[in-house]
Amino acid sequence: MHEAPLLRVRDLTKQFGEACSSCDGGENLEKNYCPTCGTVYACQNISFDLYPGEILGIVGESGSGKSSMMQCLYFDSEVTSGAVYLDHIPALAGKNVFALSSQQKRAIRNQQYGMVYQNPIRGLKMDFSSVGNIAEKLIAAGNRHVGDMEAVSKSLLEHVHIPLFRMKEEPRNFSGGMQQRVQIAKALSNNPPILFLDEVTTGLDLSVQANVLDLIKGIQRDLGISMIVVSHDLAVIRMLADRTIVMLNGSIIEDGLTDQILEDPQHAYTQQLVYSLL
Amino acid sequence: MTMLDIRNFGKQFTIHHLEKTIQAVEGVNFSIEEGEFLGIVGRSGSGKSTVLKSIYRSYLSDAGAILYDSARYGKVNLAKATEREMLYLRKYEIGYVSQFLNVMPRTTSRELVEKALLEMGETEEAARCEAEKALDHFELDEALWDTYPNTFSGGEKLRLNIAIATVKKPRLLLLDEPTASLDYASKMKVREIIEKLKANGTTLLGIFHDIEFMEGVCDKVYDMRTRKVTQEVAIASEG
Repeated sequence: MHEAPLLRVRDLTKQFGEACSSCDGGENLEKNYCPTCGTVYACQNISFDLYPGEILGIVGESGSGKSSMMQCLYFDSEVTSGAVYLDHIPALAGKNVFALSSQQKRAIRNQQYGMVYQNPIRGLKMDFSSVGNIAEKLIAAGNRHVGDMEAVSKSLLEHVHIPLFRMKEEPRNFSGGMQQRVQIAKALSNNPPILFLDEVTTGLDLSVQANVLDLIKGIQRDLGISMIVVSHDLAVIRMLADRTIVMLNGSIIEDGLTDQILEDPQHAYTQQLVYSLL
Repeated sequence: MTMLDIRNFGKQFTIHHLEKTIQAVEGVNFSIEEGEFLGIVGRSGSGKSTVLKSIYRSYLSDAGAILYDSARYGKVNLAKATEREMLYLRKYEIGYVSQFLNVMPRTTSRELVEKALLEMGETEEAARCEAEKALDHFELDEALWDTYPNTFSGGEKLRLNIAIATVKKPRLLLLDEPTASLDYASKMKVREIIEKLKANGTTLLGIFHDIEFMEGVCDKVYDMRTRKVTQEVAIASEG
């Protein structure tokens, strides 16, 4: 297929610690940890493509490096090495976005990316009103017209089913599911082509989880936004993702069509994961 | 024109936990012409479903080639196609139907069929209209259109699955045991539906444990035991 990826990730590596002669380059590790110097190799040579309009699932156990990878992609933490390309932006074609200035990174974050964290505290200002939270992101993306921003905020909050009469309320008064929906509205407010979702349904009860999943699926269908969905929950991945990557100890061990990963897993760890599914 | 050509197909499963490798099936060869209906028969465990799931790429094959003549890409080996190519083909060209429903929870029958159309880029208006036609065409009781399919009978789930798959007007439709565990009346309905699909020019590949039931509809039969294709005419004269 002559289809160009929206986001290309190449050899993304994130390590915590200085590395030593024993573990340099990821040798002699216990899982992702060097017993000699204590360096943690959170992500090792992660490479993948994200295509327009698709939901890419990333599954793996706690500590497999999923969230570290998302934080690097969203510039929340510094990568150790590796590259990300956003070739659909003419000015950035062929350029590694990790090597850009912090100002340029901020612009990418504000205009190209949306992020929904597992913990709404990370994505929302809990003592700002919900409308104010969205306005904050809109201002960061360059909006200045108060009337417009209020209108956009209202329509977004309505889209994620926050009742109109509660829109001026602070998210700290909301339930977990509502907070997560406000966070999704905020992440969508600058119309980003790429949305990162990090364990967004973890900790929500089943019916609320189904609501959030419906919302995400609807956003993909109606707005055509590409998403990377990180979850340890195979059921969530099965409902959302077309393609899935399996991570273990900081590396990608398997990738494929989601139903193939579930029905014909190849790697020993993926098999264990799938066979554990209730 | 040959729509699907399976050459020396083989598939094994390695279960790491048990340190076991099981050869599920090997040495399968058959082909289907455009507009034909080929039935696969064989006892349970002979690898019928493995063949079908490997064509749809729910399974990764180990040996041989699965050559499909795509409207978009020309000849592609489904065993080696990229994931993105497979997703495109599943969306626009190849459908898969079984009695098992694997769908978004809390979604009504009507919404499921509409979604299948919306993801192909149809407008909401067209999707609504086409969905109703399909549900009606495959004789799903109108009372069930706006309910969740979790509690549907096997036959109803199957007909809903057929509606979801066929509104996309796939060129090739894979039917995984569509008549298993159905009573006589439901089976008759499935047979009628398959006749309708065939009349529309859909190329069909189906697994049946009771192929006699499909007599007169199937053009060819592939027997997993003898590894041979027989023309339907031959079966009729044997019986």
